[in-house]
Amino acid sequence: MGRVILNRVLGSIPVILIVTLITFGLMRAIPGDVSAALGGVSSTLAERELIRKNLGLDQPWYVQLTKWYAGLARGDLGRSIFLGKDVTQATFERLPVTVSLSIYALVLTLIFGMVSGVLAALRQNSWVDQAAMMFAMIGVSMPNFWLGLMMIVLFSVQLGWLPTGGYIPFTQDPIGWLRSATMPAISLALLQIGLLARITRSTMLEVLRQDYIRTARAKGLPNYLVVGKHALANTMIPVVTVIGIIVSLLISGAVVTESVFSIPGVGQLLTSAILNRDYPMIQGGLLFVTMLLVGINILVDVAYAWLDPRVRYEGG
Amino acid sequence: MSLLSVRNLQVLFAGEHGEFAAVDDVSFDLAPGEVLGIVGESGSGKSVTALSIMGLLPRPPARVARGSIVFEGEDLLRYGERDLRRIRGPGIGMIFQEPMTSLNPVFTIGDQLMETVRVHERAGQKRQRDRAVEMLDKVGIAGAERRLDDYPHQLSGGMRQRVMIAMALICNPRLLIADEPTTALDVTIQQQILELLLDLREEFRMAIMIITHNMGVVAETADRVIVMYAGRLVEQAPVDGLFARPAHPYTRGLLDSIPKLSDERERLKTIPGTLPNPASVPPGCRFEPRCAWRVGACAAAVPPLAAIAAGHDSACIRHRELPVQ
Repeated sequence: MGRVILNRVLGSIPVILIVTLITFGLMRAIPGDVSAALGGVSSTLAERELIRKNLGLDQPWYVQLTKWYAGLARGDLGRSIFLGKDVTQATFERLPVTVSLSIYALVLTLIFGMVSGVLAALRQNSWVDQAAMMFAMIGVSMPNFWLGLMMIVLFSVQLGWLPTGGYIPFTQDPIGWLRSATMPAISLALLQIGLLARITRSTMLEVLRQDYIRTARAKGLPNYLVVGKHALANTMIPVVTVIGIIVSLLISGAVVTESVFSIPGVGQLLTSAILNRDYPMIQGGLLFVTMLLVGINILVDVAYAWLDPRVRYEGG
Repeated sequence: MSLLSVRNLQVLFAGEHGEFAAVDDVSFDLAPGEVLGIVGESGSGKSVTALSIMGLLPRPPARVARGSIVFEGEDLLRYGERDLRRIRGPGIGMIFQEPMTSLNPVFTIGDQLMETVRVHERAGQKRQRDRAVEMLDKVGIAGAERRLDDYPHQLSGGMRQRVMIAMALICNPRLLIADEPTTALDVTIQQQILELLLDLREEFRMAIMIITHNMGVVAETADRVIVMYAGRLVEQAPVDGLFARPAHPYTRGLLDSIPKLSDERERLKTIPGTLPNPASVPPGCRFEPRCAWRVGACAAAVPPLAAIAAGHDSACIRHRELPVQ
């Protein structure tokens, strides 16, 4: 098991390096650069040239890239041009916000997605099934920013129950955190709930048709063991893979949700960094997000092996 | 008194064009300790009969429309799910055709054996474990103690079928239903599994209902045989009587289609035609369209199952005229 994890960690290093390379290439490929944003609209070409020179942006791309990798090797990701602070520090100020929002949304997804999927499968073609699948369809089809805006209109503007935006850290005020994070988490989770409910339902239906389920019934096991133990354990195997994808979607979806609810998370940090062409910030911020996603994928693989003995033994 | 008594069982399946009978008017008895063979082609209703006894028919599309299934004096068809669960395991055990897929891949065989004891008896962890080891030992799995922590994928097909047998017998049932227990196995393993079943019958003093399409399996194991065709019972007889004097053309067809070593590269005999579509069965004898001995009367009415010798019934109106083989 330990060897499998080590292999996966080592194997993810090239992935991370390739992502940084693509980020670098894409940012240089889009027009405009930081000197215009930093110098202002009235700055002259000469002024902008000076800014570029000061930031080292007049050097050839391969020199800039090599410098960045050299910095990475030393653990130094440079300073953000706009925020005037360390990229690592800026990211870690914002990361807990996005992570806590994603975890909240993930918890909602797991509870509502799995439960409605399992219930729909057990009561196939009943009203429970139809209602759950209709809800899932709505969740999958509705754009989450629109849902976010509608919730703000209803719960914040009309009813005045919840704040329209902003963020209160959990450590500072748990109730305040719940009030500020619930609408963003719901708007983030709804699509994933729909996705998970549908996958759970179809997997569960497939598993319930298997021979070993008939064996479990033939042994005289009560229904809660047949479904809750024998069927659920097998349903979880494909579902865990989907949960891995869902976590990635939650983190990338947070970018949009954070701007709808004006939450100061990594998504907002990176959006403004991209708009300002804050190269070190983009490069470093995306590196952390990539590492987070790679880490989650490794976690999913571990969970997969833990759930399925056939995978566990092949891995050695 | 018989252990199991099935009377006029009719099982309907919902199809595209209304319901059709997968099992129609089937009656038979099973004495304690007896080995009953049920033979017939795929689709003859053997497995549906077995699943109705267990109360494991897929509902929908299947439903029992008529009849009774009396096990040890109680009609199982009147039982609710709760009472049936008490019968499954300690009353009737069942093993299936596919040992490769019949065990849950994500739990150890020890766990799957022990949970059966756990739900039916008040037994502690230690006792459950002892019973599991004892059963694995009885079905001929070497090093039973160490095997408890194995997962099904670590065992061969024959071993898995042995585990299935151990699981079906761990609560000492009076009846074991074996649905094509050897069909998916290698020939040499088939033989071992059949011998094991017969040995265990002695030891556990249980009856066995063995469902197969293989006449060889019947000859080797059964005391008595019933032959099913298109959902109906067409002949029943003690095994010697059936092989000596098969009294239904379908039974003869089945016996003729066993390859014989003495035959010199002769083409295998088969029964011409196929099973009738269950949604539109012939009005009279269901075998009539494929039968070499058919006459006008065969298509007119369903031939009743009639006694032709002690314990030997046939549903052929011309059984007397069939040539002696």
